[in-house]
Amino acid sequence: MNGLDLASDPRSAGRPGDPEGPPILRLVGVDKVLDGRKVLDNVDLDIPRNRITAIIGLSGAGKSVILKHMIGLLKPDRGQVLLDGVDLCNLSREELFETRRRFGMLFQSGALFDSLDVFENVAFPLREKTKLNESQIRERVLVFLRKVGLEGAGGKFPDELSGGMVRRVALARAMVMDPEIILFDEPTTGLDPIIRNSVLHLIGRTFQDHKFTMVMISHDIPDIFHWCHHVVVVHDGKVIEAGPPEAVRTSVNPFVRQLVEGDIHGPVHLM
Amino acid sequence: MLFRVAEAIGGKAFGAVRGLGRTGVFLAAAVRNAALPPYRGRDILKQIHFIGVKSLFVIVLTAAFTGMVLSLQGYFTLRKFGSEGLLGAAVALSLIRELGPVLTALMVTGRAGSALVAEIGIMRIGEQIDSLETMGIDPIRFLVAPRMIAALVSIPLLTAIFDVVGIYGGYLVGVKLLGLDAGQYFGRMEASVELADVVNGVWKSLAFSLLIVWVCTFKGFFTERGAEGVSRATTSAVVISSVLVLIGDYLLTSVLL
Repeated sequence: MNGLDLASDPRSAGRPGDPEGPPILRLVGVDKVLDGRKVLDNVDLDIPRNRITAIIGLSGAGKSVILKHMIGLLKPDRGQVLLDGVDLCNLSREELFETRRRFGMLFQSGALFDSLDVFENVAFPLREKTKLNESQIRERVLVFLRKVGLEGAGGKFPDELSGGMVRRVALARAMVMDPEIILFDEPTTGLDPIIRNSVLHLIGRTFQDHKFTMVMISHDIPDIFHWCHHVVVVHDGKVIEAGPPEAVRTSVNPFVRQLVEGDIHGPVHLM
Repeated sequence: MLFRVAEAIGGKAFGAVRGLGRTGVFLAAAVRNAALPPYRGRDILKQIHFIGVKSLFVIVLTAAFTGMVLSLQGYFTLRKFGSEGLLGAAVALSLIRELGPVLTALMVTGRAGSALVAEIGIMRIGEQIDSLETMGIDPIRFLVAPRMIAALVSIPLLTAIFDVVGIYGGYLVGVKLLGLDAGQYFGRMEASVELADVVNGVWKSLAFSLLIVWVCTFKGFFTERGAEGVSRATTSAVVISSVLVLIGDYLLTSVLL
């Protein structure tokens, strides 16, 4: 695997928002029931500041639900979601919208607006949430399209793009407002290995350039261990392991072992 | 056994009350966002074009044939009583009080309402609505409010066009085809139709506009489970809107008469 050596990246040391400081996001004792099923069960989870955190687990384990709690798209039935110590559940709708300016989010499908071309998709949050004039918007959008390698694709519509291009446009849109935290919901699912690798490289490079706090749901195991500083393993709505990639990779927890090795024999019986 | 039945009934009742509450909260949020500035002028104009201008052809066609058939039926019925001179008044009152607002609402539901559900539903299953939320943009203000304002502007105007075209359709059949005197057709109409009839028609079309946008945007906004969910939401929104328009028409008529 040709991942970047993020864990020892010297540029992440000693800058404001020290990664050794308190976590930027915390889930404390979170329970959530959806459609009569308990999808999160007393989840405690810390997201370190200015680091890439990968959340891994089987499909249906509750990973996306955790991500949606982090940005306030879902409210827990019990527990707290703390952003720099402020519980998102106690915010009014307006305060929550304001707080979300600190986030960027890349959805699994890209969630680009079908009726807008690539340029307008990236410009959309700038038009809606800033007072920048047209030339400033244009300049900023082109900078971010260049960053994701799509400077010539501004006039294309989402249905003319490949899966990898859609994710890159979505990443440009997530970054354009200069957020502190970027959430990725399976950014590489459904992509071929080369495109998947290029998207992971882009995420790694984006981290090195901006030092955003990044949270990434992924099924790319064990590749994802090369692209993150912190791993959280979720199973059946519970966090069963959390720590540096190496610690998770060598965990003795039988479920984690099965997940890391992709073994069909183990505590999870799928057949 | 008895406990399970009671539990199932209680669960259904609780679900129904919660669903009603959710529709009420949604309507309140939509009305508040539509009423309070800033207004999204460009989006409102785009929606007026979609709901209003693009429905014009189907409204004119429906209105013309409704007026013509009303005139045809009315003429032969009134002739039995020697009152064919009242044809213009009968056609105009039927259209302005009832058929104009109701048929316009039903046609707009079929043409534009279904498209509203599908468009918003696809945005929901494509995570575009979640995406708006994550950008700190209120999807009700962004998606629902412009459509609500556009419907409240477009549907009463379409109703007025329906009434005028319907009356002209009745004129073609009654006067040009069946030989009724044009002066009698319009003269009796002028004497019979009062301002209150027109105002009642406007109230009805405003109420139906609100109803259609409410049901269709709500159904689209809370679409679940992929393409099949969009299809189900679209069908159910059109059926519910149409039935509510007819029930609402009866209730409003009994209040306004």
